[in-house]
Amino acid sequence: MEVGIDLERRKALKAGGGVGLLAFLAAAGLLNPGMAGAAAQKAAFEAKTMNDALDALGVAIPEDSAAILLTAPEVAANGAVVPVTVESSLALTEQIFILADKNPTMLVASFTFPPGTDGYISTKIKMAQTSSVIALVKANGKFYRASRVVEVTAGGC
Amino acid sequence: MSAPTKIRATVRDGITEVRMLMQHEMENGRRKDESGNLVPAWFITEIKAQHDGKIVLEGQFGTSVSKNPYLIFRFRGGSPGGKIAISWLDNRGEARSDEVEIS
Repeated sequence: MEVGIDLERRKALKAGGGVGLLAFLAAAGLLNPGMAGAAAQKAAFEAKTMNDALDALGVAIPEDSAAILLTAPEVAANGAVVPVTVESSLALTEQIFILADKNPTMLVASFTFPPGTDGYISTKIKMAQTSSVIALVKANGKFYRASRVVEVTAGGC
Repeated sequence: MSAPTKIRATVRDGITEVRMLMQHEMENGRRKDESGNLVPAWFITEIKAQHDGKIVLEGQFGTSVSKNPYLIFRFRGGSPGGKIAISWLDNRGEARSDEVEIS
C-alpha cells in the first residue's frame, strides 16, 4: 500500500543522506521528551505530508508492530465521522498519534498516557478521501506503527 | 457559550472507562457557508482528563477530529464516587471543564 511505499522511500532517503540528522532526532527524542510539546506538536499538526509530520514529531522510521490493534471500518459511507480505535499492548505505551494519509493536514490527534492509563483510545475522525489511517505509538521511547486502508465514499473534511 | 461535555465514567474490575462527548463545531477552516464565504477554523486544540485532580489523559487535536469530539479511554484505579474532570481549550482561547462522579 502507498504508506508502505512512502516508508520505503523514507528509509532510503534517511539511509542516503540523513544519518546524522537521524541520530540527532533519535537523541533529541530520547533525551528531551518534552520537546514533543508545544512547538513540535504544532508543526506536526500543520504538516501536509507524512514525512513532514514524522519529522516534526521527531520520528525516524517507525517499526510495524502487531502489538498495535487498529480498528477502523473498511468502508466509511460518511467521511465526516469515521470511528477509529487504537489499542497498544506494547509495554510502556506513552503516546498514540492518529494520522489520515490523504487529509489536508495528516495528523488528526495525539494522546499522552501517564502511567496507570491504558494504551487505548477510541475516537471519531474526519477523512477527506479513501486513504490509510495510521496509528503511531510511542512506547518506551521508540515509535511503532500500524495502518489500515479506509475506503471513503463521501469525503467529510 | 459552549455546551457541557457529556461524560460517563464506570469502574469495573479495577479499570475505569471514561466516555465523553464534547460539544464543539470543529470547523477546519476550509468549509464554505451558504454565501460562499470560508468559515474560519474553530476547533478544540487540547483536552485533559483528571481523576481526583491527577491527570489521566492528555490529548491534542488538529482539525480532522469529527464535530462534537467523542473519546473513550481507560485507566487503572478509580472507585465509585471518584471525580472525573474533562477540560478542553479551543483555538479561540475558549475553555470549558466539566465533572462527573465515577459510577
